[in-house]
Amino acid sequence: MNRTEKHQREPLIHITRRADIPLAKAWLIRLAAIVSALIVCSLLIVAITNYNPIEVFVKMAEGSLGSPRKLMFLLQELSMLLCISVAVTPAFKMKFWNLGAEGQVLVGGLASAACMFYAKDSIPNALLIFLMLAAGIASGMIWALIPAVFKSVWGTNESLFTLMMNYVAMQLVAFFIMVWVPNGSNVMGIINMNSQNGWLPDLFGQKYLINIIIVFILTVVMFIYLKYSKQGYEISVVGGSQNTARYIGIDVKKVIIRTMLISGAICGLAGFLLVSGTNHTISKELAGGMGFTAIMVSWLAKFNPLLMIVTSFLIVFLQRGAGEIATAFRLNTSVADIITGIIIFFIIGCEFFINYKINFRTSKERREAKQ
Amino acid sequence: MATASIELKDISKRFGRILANDKVCLTAYSGEILALLGENGSGKTTLMNMISGIYYPDEGQILINGEEAVIRSPKEAFDYGIGMIHQHFKLVDIFSAAENIVLGLNEHRRYNLKEIKARVSEIIEKYGFELDPSKKIYDMSVSEKQTVEIIKVLYRGADILILDEPTAVLTLQEIQKLFEILRRMRDDGKTIIIITHKLQEVLELSDRVTVLRKGRYIGTVDTASTSESELTEMMVGKKISLNITRTEPNNPTDRLTVSGLECIDRDGRKVIDGVSFTARSGEILGIAGIAGSGQRELLEAIAGLQHIQNGSVVYHDPKTGIDEELRGKSPIQIRELGVRLSFVPEDRLGMGLVGNMDIIDNMMLRSYKRGRSMFVERKGPKDLANTIIEQLEVVTPSAETPVRKLSGGNVQKVLVGREISASPTVLMAAYPVRGLDINSSYAIYNLLNDQKKNGASVIFVGEDLDVLVELCDRIMVIGSGRIMGILDGRTASKNEIGFLMTKSQHGGPAE
Amino acid sequence: MIIKTIFAFINAAIIQGIPLLFGATGEIITEKSGNLNLGIPGIMYVGGISGIIGGYLYEHSGAELNPALCILIPLLSSIAGSVLMALIYSFLTVTLRVNQNVTGLALTTFGVGIGNFFGGSLLSFFGETGSISLMTTGLCFKAKLPLYDYLVSLGEPFATFAETFLSFGFLAYLAVIIAIVASFFLKRTKAGLNLRSIGENPATADAAGISVVKYKYLSTLIGGAIAGLGGLYFVMDYTGGAWTNNGFGDRGWLAIAIVIFAIWRPSMGILSSFLFGGLYILCVYIPGLSSSTKELINMLPYVVTILVLVIVSMRKKKENQPPASLGLPYFREER
Repeated sequence: MNRTEKHQREPLIHITRRADIPLAKAWLIRLAAIVSALIVCSLLIVAITNYNPIEVFVKMAEGSLGSPRKLMFLLQELSMLLCISVAVTPAFKMKFWNLGAEGQVLVGGLASAACMFYAKDSIPNALLIFLMLAAGIASGMIWALIPAVFKSVWGTNESLFTLMMNYVAMQLVAFFIMVWVPNGSNVMGIINMNSQNGWLPDLFGQKYLINIIIVFILTVVMFIYLKYSKQGYEISVVGGSQNTARYIGIDVKKVIIRTMLISGAICGLAGFLLVSGTNHTISKELAGGMGFTAIMVSWLAKFNPLLMIVTSFLIVFLQRGAGEIATAFRLNTSVADIITGIIIFFIIGCEFFINYKINFRTSKERREAKQ
Repeated sequence: MATASIELKDISKRFGRILANDKVCLTAYSGEILALLGENGSGKTTLMNMISGIYYPDEGQILINGEEAVIRSPKEAFDYGIGMIHQHFKLVDIFSAAENIVLGLNEHRRYNLKEIKARVSEIIEKYGFELDPSKKIYDMSVSEKQTVEIIKVLYRGADILILDEPTAVLTLQEIQKLFEILRRMRDDGKTIIIITHKLQEVLELSDRVTVLRKGRYIGTVDTASTSESELTEMMVGKKISLNITRTEPNNPTDRLTVSGLECIDRDGRKVIDGVSFTARSGEILGIAGIAGSGQRELLEAIAGLQHIQNGSVVYHDPKTGIDEELRGKSPIQIRELGVRLSFVPEDRLGMGLVGNMDIIDNMMLRSYKRGRSMFVERKGPKDLANTIIEQLEVVTPSAETPVRKLSGGNVQKVLVGREISASPTVLMAAYPVRGLDINSSYAIYNLLNDQKKNGASVIFVGEDLDVLVELCDRIMVIGSGRIMGILDGRTASKNEIGFLMTKSQHGGPAE
Repeated sequence: MIIKTIFAFINAAIIQGIPLLFGATGEIITEKSGNLNLGIPGIMYVGGISGIIGGYLYEHSGAELNPALCILIPLLSSIAGSVLMALIYSFLTVTLRVNQNVTGLALTTFGVGIGNFFGGSLLSFFGETGSISLMTTGLCFKAKLPLYDYLVSLGEPFATFAETFLSFGFLAYLAVIIAIVASFFLKRTKAGLNLRSIGENPATADAAGISVVKYKYLSTLIGGAIAGLGGLYFVMDYTGGAWTNNGFGDRGWLAIAIVIFAIWRPSMGILSSFLFGGLYILCVYIPGLSSSTKELINMLPYVVTILVLVIVSMRKKKENQPPASLGLPYFREER
């Protein structure tokens, strides 16, 4: 047979699934991806601004970590993103694509804000905060329950359903702002500015410390829940194989609904924290896209809540840092989104090289020829 | 001799650590039917997938009409005139037959469904198929779907047709019709390769037989000059009288009484139609039947996984003597009644195990609910996993390995091991040796026999009649969701069972 | 008077519907290949800003402006930008098999970022201040058909007809034509059949000799280019060559909603887009509405979409379901 012809006609690249990969190698690939992403970002920065990229990155680090105040802001944002990431995780582990965190956070925040708005100073602070918490969590749960019920009973596509629910929630918020602020300014000012009724108190003189502590406790609890509890185990089984779940007698519908209720409750809690602990007001941008960013955070951490501390730090660090350089170098703040996008592309893309092996025919044949 | 229309030389293919094909050779000529014979898991399908472009061989050569061919995709396989009819039909549900038939075809004519249907009708008439080209796939029976698959490759002008286990899902009449059509195609000059593990069909239909065993090429013989025993020997390596031990039932008492059972499937058809029988302790009750006759639904109905339309399933508790009705109870409720019912389902990774979880977590599936704590207890399952790995000789790097990374036989051992670890009073196993090598199969038979000795009532759904007549105390034959007869395993003959299995088919397709 | 308002409303509904129609048609073609591209909102931003950049560079090149080039340059640069975005999505999800939801959402973040970044900084790169406004280019895009002038000259009722249905720039007609062509392509052509089969059952398509990778790439790239034109229409025709950050709003998500509402049929997409466009501005045309009711009306498109999604899933009619493999990666040697 004609050897050279055969050589040419064989496929050049041949991809196979890896049986196993050493842990060290997997992390090396991830590290390489982050480094390449940073290089691409640097090139982009140079191309656009002509600034020295090292200088820009140093500015970024300063911008997000440079002072105790900045650090506190970073931790506050990190904790909110982490909270929402933790919220979407149990649903994702169950292979339920909850893209509706944004909306669930919004209605949670809306309910909390409503309590604040209507109660004003009529009830004591502690009671009001408790009411806000309960209302926030309950509304988040309702918002998650609706798509969950339709998914489990009729198999309605949950990613599209939850996605649409986000915009219903946004309009709902817009509606209530219009009702509450009839002057048409479209902006809800700080609620209970003077009495600070319904505001989470400062802790050790730090404004956001309560948020941060609650979220970090929640993260650990979620980690334990998913890994060691019976319900967490059921979530893994349902996510792994619904038939097997039925086979051992797990009520799949119940697990889907229960898990989405948990997901929605935590989103509602995030909404409450944002209103009561951080913003003291409500707007359509309350979640600010974190509901979507959280999906990436959770996915990057492979649904491990403890790892999410790292991945959400990475994202918040980039966004705050990029925001800083935007001001410093007189760029548009949207540069943060661009850098975040690039880094996510690289990290999610690199998983391919961890899961699959690429075999080059030619190099193999060359080796054989040498022998 | 003429040039072979297809010739394989030393083909090897490896999946991870598993060597699926090891230097396999095969030759087929035009105008003949070649049977590719081998046990489940002997690498037949993998080999054929490499001819049809689904997989790419790691090593070896493929010659088509004497010329070396490189088949990188199904499209290139079509270009060489190769068409494969897969066991799992590759059809688009919401398309009509005609749309499926022309799918992917590069014709220079304008796309016109009317003309296409006319041309499909020509083929239908030429070979004597029965099919409506406008019918949607989701409205079709299994046999109709298979017809679509065959016409699809004929429409493409395939000269080499590969059929993967084409008779597995058909009724006797449908099989005869298929064979007629295949013979007509052979006489038309086509090369036909049929993958099977049923000896009788090989002898009835083929001109030559190529045998594979454990991924290796064993040999090729002329059908006319071979015999069932020779083929069996080539297939399994040594002459087998199966020699499965069968002890006398030990003090059998009624354990499970099923009466008047009726179940319907999603489309409202009766899949179980008035089934009544009693399973006794200390015996193995075999269930024989053509695949898809209701075996799966019957076991699932007993296990509480299938909605029961009519009838009852009564469990006689050996300890208390109380009769428990199991109908309408979930698997968990059944267990809470103290009924130790174990079930080894047919599709292990799809039902029974979770592929992405490790062996320990899979052990927990049955026991995780135990105790009042809201947390799972992993110590017990871990010990159980290690015991099973040791006693059943499961080949695995560790107990923390995800089961999807294990080979078929080892996956089955993990599942059976877990199910018998609960010392069941009723053990149901559906095709527990499917895809296993001889040694693993015997290990499983021994495990079932052990359970029988322990006084469990064992219900065994099998496909190999030789095994059924040597292993079971009684054999229940099921056809189209009905019981066709219950025979004594010690006196029943394979012919008798085979007759009962196919007797029911007058009323139309079983599926 | 009422009649006049109604016609004005229809006209406005169509104007609002055009960018949605581009987005929905693009997304339908993409989803038919099994790719759920949630990056479409980002792609539409990039389609808009790329057109702006192309137009800006041409307007400021100092050359004498040629109307044909005024259209061609932004058009081609818009397509180039959107295709690049869709290429990122295809490469990640098809070649590298990354989760489609995650990739799509990241792409939207990225795309909106690109749009707002260049929209906000383009002028400063050239040492200018103020906001982008490409009057000349905008006028070229807004140019009406000759038929319009003719009908207006005939007087009523032709003038009202022309004012309502023929007062748009060429991109509006292009949107409808593309949707009709896409509908024909999916229903009546070989390639359309092949594409649909991939969205339903890629393993089957593969076995039938269809290149799954090629079709997934091509449909995502072409779908992206079409969706990007929605962004271009918005910045060139609707706003007349001006860019406002976040001005495009959440229209990209509305386009995805239309895909569901139109149950994955481009021909249904045309009317659905105009209907959604109408709902988008309905509150302006109903007199005496309080501003809060307006917000509730703006909620309608999403509520209606959810209802359609639910009803379709309850009725279980096979032809009306989302493509069966939507959102799932495909790898031939998976086992």
